[in-house]
Amino acid sequence: MPVYRDEAIVLRTHNLGEADRIVTLLTRGRGKVRAVAKGVRRTTSRFGARLEPGMAVDLQCYEGRNLDTVNQAVSLGGYGDTVSKDYAAYTTMSVMLETADRLTDEHEVATQQYHLLAGAVRSLAGGEHDSALVLDAYLLRALAVAGWAPSFLDCARCGEPGPHRSFHVASGGAVCAVCRPPGSATPAPATLELLSALLTGDWAIADASAVQHRREGSGLVTAFLSWHLERGLRAMPHVERV
Amino acid sequence: MYEGVVQDLIDELGRLPGVGPKGAQRIAFHLLAADPADVTRLSEILARVKDTVRFCQTCGNVAEADQCRICLDTRRDRTIICVVEEPKDVLAVERTREFRGLYHVLGGAISPMDGIGPGDLRIRELVARLADGTVTEVILATDPNVQGEATATYLSRLLKDLGLTISRLASGLPVGGDLEYADEVTLGRAFEGRRSVHG
Repeated sequence: MPVYRDEAIVLRTHNLGEADRIVTLLTRGRGKVRAVAKGVRRTTSRFGARLEPGMAVDLQCYEGRNLDTVNQAVSLGGYGDTVSKDYAAYTTMSVMLETADRLTDEHEVATQQYHLLAGAVRSLAGGEHDSALVLDAYLLRALAVAGWAPSFLDCARCGEPGPHRSFHVASGGAVCAVCRPPGSATPAPATLELLSALLTGDWAIADASAVQHRREGSGLVTAFLSWHLERGLRAMPHVERV
Repeated sequence: MYEGVVQDLIDELGRLPGVGPKGAQRIAFHLLAADPADVTRLSEILARVKDTVRFCQTCGNVAEADQCRICLDTRRDRTIICVVEEPKDVLAVERTREFRGLYHVLGGAISPMDGIGPGDLRIRELVARLADGTVTEVILATDPNVQGEATATYLSRLLKDLGLTISRLASGLPVGGDLEYADEVTLGRAFEGRRSVHG
């Protein structure tokens, strides 16, 4: 039975039988993997808290026909435990994990998505930035990696250099006055600047942004995400934005 | 595929949690071979459990009347409430014989990924129970996993201004385990919650 070793972030867990769990993992080298963690719900389990959502682990698994089986797990970062002590951060992490689950397929390598999620969860646990900003930055970049990069400067339809005043979700971002479809939003210029900063990782601009622009930006990001995922995330209505 | 009622029985048993098609088939044939009196007793209990068992209006535990036997017991300490996720957790705490207060069953834990938020749990009922001032301490005994911790975090934040003592069950090393196999989170909490052995 082939054995492999990989680094992973635990996305979610489902109880199985008396004391087992099916653990959904986003691995660095194998994409999304579903594996059985035997006896993990027992208090004496050798896995302990390592296979909880949001935990970063170094795993050894052996392949099965349908599900792999976790053989060993070593903690690389107890982010899930840290985040669970801050309710806003916990709801934020839940959206990130669900997004990663939706944007990746089983056994299709998604190294960029893995690194992005690992960085986002680490940042959230470290409290480096406002959790809402970390969430929006993660969502924008995860969508970009998946092939749905939004445009916040040039027109998403004709490429006319910006900045532009209108934003249209279905068109893919900012749109010029000529291309502007009916029903386009007209966010504040500072909101589009914030979203662009979040997408490119310019945290100096993001951290200095005003609350009303963060709120407006979050609304646009949520709409953009829902449009591309075709149905909303279950965790999104529960996000607590401070 | 079996014929008629046997297949119906296998299908129904297969809908139970943790019972797969093979297990359902095994249970079905066990019932076919069993003493008719045993099967009749099982069917009567199944019918009776659905007719008589409900959830306690006060704490949410399983009960055969409007209130469970724990809420009705006048010898229990009514100043302490232990908050748990599921009725089976009440049984686990009762087995310790360490706790003599009352319970409050939330009906689960906050899990945004499963679409479960604070509004889907019996949190409003908990706050209503605390309103009359009888309760002085709330023990948060949600599961020691990420969802349970987040639920305890939410509750402690919600209840902190009510002037109650709010405590959380201790986490740490399981009795009978080896230190070298303890994960970092559990061992870290064991250190956080260490206690003096002298006085």
